[in-house]
Amino acid sequence: MNSTIRRRALGALVLATACATALSACGGSSSGKKGGSAASGGKTVTVVSHDSFAASKSVLAEFTKETGYTVKVLRGGDAGAAVNQAILTKDHPRGDVFFGVDNTLLSRALDNGLFDPYTAKGLDQVPADVQLDAARHRATPIDSGDVCVNYDRAYFAAHKLAPPQTFADLVKPQYKNLLVTENVATSSPGLAFMLGSVATYGDSGWQAYWKQLKANGVEVVDGWEQAYNDRFSGSSAGKKAKGDRPLVVSYASSPPAEVVGVTPAPAESPVGVATGTCFRQIEFAGLLHGAKNPAGGKAFIDFMLSKAFQQDMPLQMYVDPVVKGAAEPEEFVKYGAKVEHPTTLPPTEIAAKRDDWVKAWTSTVL
Amino acid sequence: MDVDRPVAPAGPATAAPTSPRPRRSPGRATAVRLALAALPLAFFAVFFAYPVGAIVARGLHQGGRWRPGVVGDVLGDPSIRHVLWFTCWQAAASTALTLAVALPGAYVFARLDFPGKHLLRAVVTVPFVLPTVVAGSAFLALLGRGGFTDSLLGFRLDTSVWAILIAHVFFNYAVVVRTVGGLWAQLDPRQEEAARMLGAGRFAAWRRVTLPALGPAVAAAALMVFLFTFTSFGVIQILGGPTRSTLEVEIYRQTAELLDLPTAAVLTLLQLAAVAAILGVHAWTVRRREATLRLVDAARTAHRPRGAERVLLAGVLAVVALLILLPLGVLVARSFDGPNGYGLDFYRALASTDGSGDGGTFLVSPLETVWNSLRYAAVATVIALAVGALAATALVRRAGRLMRGFDALLMLPLGTSAVTVGFGFLITLDKPPLDLRDSWLLVPLAQALVGVPFVVRVVLPVLRAVDDRLREAAAVLGASPLRVWREVELPLVARAMGIAAGFAFAVSLGEFGATVFIARPDSPTLPVAVARLLGRAGEMNYGQAMALSTILMAVCAASLLVLETAWRRRGDGRRITDATGEF
Repeated sequence: MNSTIRRRALGALVLATACATALSACGGSSSGKKGGSAASGGKTVTVVSHDSFAASKSVLAEFTKETGYTVKVLRGGDAGAAVNQAILTKDHPRGDVFFGVDNTLLSRALDNGLFDPYTAKGLDQVPADVQLDAARHRATPIDSGDVCVNYDRAYFAAHKLAPPQTFADLVKPQYKNLLVTENVATSSPGLAFMLGSVATYGDSGWQAYWKQLKANGVEVVDGWEQAYNDRFSGSSAGKKAKGDRPLVVSYASSPPAEVVGVTPAPAESPVGVATGTCFRQIEFAGLLHGAKNPAGGKAFIDFMLSKAFQQDMPLQMYVDPVVKGAAEPEEFVKYGAKVEHPTTLPPTEIAAKRDDWVKAWTSTVL
Repeated sequence: MDVDRPVAPAGPATAAPTSPRPRRSPGRATAVRLALAALPLAFFAVFFAYPVGAIVARGLHQGGRWRPGVVGDVLGDPSIRHVLWFTCWQAAASTALTLAVALPGAYVFARLDFPGKHLLRAVVTVPFVLPTVVAGSAFLALLGRGGFTDSLLGFRLDTSVWAILIAHVFFNYAVVVRTVGGLWAQLDPRQEEAARMLGAGRFAAWRRVTLPALGPAVAAAALMVFLFTFTSFGVIQILGGPTRSTLEVEIYRQTAELLDLPTAAVLTLLQLAAVAAILGVHAWTVRRREATLRLVDAARTAHRPRGAERVLLAGVLAVVALLILLPLGVLVARSFDGPNGYGLDFYRALASTDGSGDGGTFLVSPLETVWNSLRYAAVATVIALAVGALAATALVRRAGRLMRGFDALLMLPLGTSAVTVGFGFLITLDKPPLDLRDSWLLVPLAQALVGVPFVVRVVLPVLRAVDDRLREAAAVLGASPLRVWREVELPLVARAMGIAAGFAFAVSLGEFGATVFIARPDSPTLPVAVARLLGRAGEMNYGQAMALSTILMAVCAASLLVLETAWRRRGDGRRITDATGEF
């Protein structure tokens, strides 16, 4: 008798497991079906992107209302990994639009024939200097952002020290042992900061600059998360982690990001931006070659240049709109920094010399 | 009507089937074994060998021809040799340290009764599922500047290799406690007692009787810890600084960042070769150690601590508190340390992203990520148990080279880069009949790949310890092979299966590498959601990442407790001792 009970218990357990599996299978198969309709080229646009892609649901709903297409987003790792995945799968693309290739990776994407040309509606409202594929229109600029040195306002106030503003400032003795940056081989802001130094000091001078930075005590960690959340003394996470570096390589949008959602709203962000240390990143979208729903893909690229999407981006992805006249949200106006003259480099030059630069940086700095 | 005990001579006799089946011939046994191996083999062929082979081939086959020359180029690079050396020695050192620290723990959890034991055993497994970024940050807080060791003891470890080794112990403590403890709890203590009665000292009796019996389980645990630390990624990145790198980190860089597939392919082959060598060593040491053991009900071997055992218990609890509870505590504390002092601000912020509001597509409601994680983990566990149990059954009888090769094949995914597997999935499972790229199933499949080795390694030593005479007796008495499995082996391995299920579940809950590379419709798991939050600046984002990590810990501990309680209840009262004792 005892054994029957036990057997029932076993049966119940097996049944429970089976049910859990079946339930999951059901939950999954419904999303599988959605995939199926996308495959048939129907009313779904599939956007392939990186992990940081975000948009308000109401904005995406607006797109659906206007065009009848629903949006499905596939995210795969960071920006570099997402571009590389798209290149590896270019013979059987997973979606219609790719969003999130930046100017440091653009040449790799274009040279691999990832995109079909498409001249988006509204491109005339985008400044020419960010249209890096203006001749063939394979990649449409969507947003821009600046990688800059950020500083801890409280530290510099307490030490009665003016925060650094330019690349040249960073090697001055009063800023010794204050800066933490990221490994250029593994981190995209780390790479951007190095490219900024190349743009400033030229192909022949940037290594000497890094030797000076090293002598001035620059610290290198592997990723932005450690630099900003663990080592930087100005971020709230860094304060809790007893971060010891008041200067960090981060983004121009970090000051507003730092205070979004914090109540009551502070008078100023605890983080400031050294506006003379910036490198501009521009993110592009492209129509994937071999897309199953090219019409939907084109509609979505158009939509990304619309005011609705452009004005939604800043607080969703912490980037700046590229379309003229797109309003910035209050948080950006109040806490953000105005970067007048960011550095930049042509994508072709980045593509050609990137590996050598990274190798040279590694042997100079690490 | 059914028999109560797994095997009692009287039971099968009365319940014998009406028509006795013919005895199995050796040929048939081989056929059965191959049939059992077929499903696991197919699973590994399709979901491991094919994707990994394809991505390696893509790297070595460029411009229409094979380029073996690249192998020499990469291996000739002194920095790669340096990486290989560091990868191997840190894994060996981490494994040794983990065994030294965790073996006393295995004994305490297996043999001693103390209040809160089951809860604590679930808690020590929590590190296993934590995203390394999160745990690494907690370790920096403890070992780094101004941290626990710095302020109390006056030294920092965050810049030394010790930080890596200690973090590896933190992550893998449960592997040893569970793998070794699982067998230890079932070893008949009367054998050691007999040795002592015959005049052996306490230590000599342990060394001569218990240690050899535990050998296979210790070797299995060592192997898994080695493979885990060999492919260590996040820990090395955070605690090792930019100058220390493992093969795993290099493969990630070459594949995901640089798209240098030829170099990545050579590194993957190097990694596979190193793992194969380790597997060879493991198979060689284990081969003559495994022996039939006297297994008893785990509930019977545990007792209240006596004499010196009290000191041991106190020591183990102190280590667990310092090494595991303290870092976990730091994370939990941070999740409550909001902008306005301690409170629930971050949890409230998480709860407000309920999906119905206009929170955007970036954040998914925490309930949804918990549900995603549990659902994937449940499916991955079922797959891992099914594949692993079949494989273990096929491997019970040590057979020729072919079977040993099969055993090694099952372990390879543990030592293979998640990037390689993730990218391999992308380029292979993309056409009918296997167009799975956008399917949710891909995630649990990738996770099950890592779960299966655990199931095999945990179940196999127990299964091999089952006295063959039990099986033969049952067969003589007319039981079919299936019935022998159900009545003899299943009850004895039920506990091991429970432990294995716990592992497979935890592996899946915490798996990040392959999951993040498999682009899927928006259904992030807990670790993926944590990583997304951590990737953004802002007090609220960081705080929510900590809160979500705390939820992940709670989900892990709770599911392990539920899983193990269910299994333990089921095992209660089985009088295995009597069954074995009578033969």
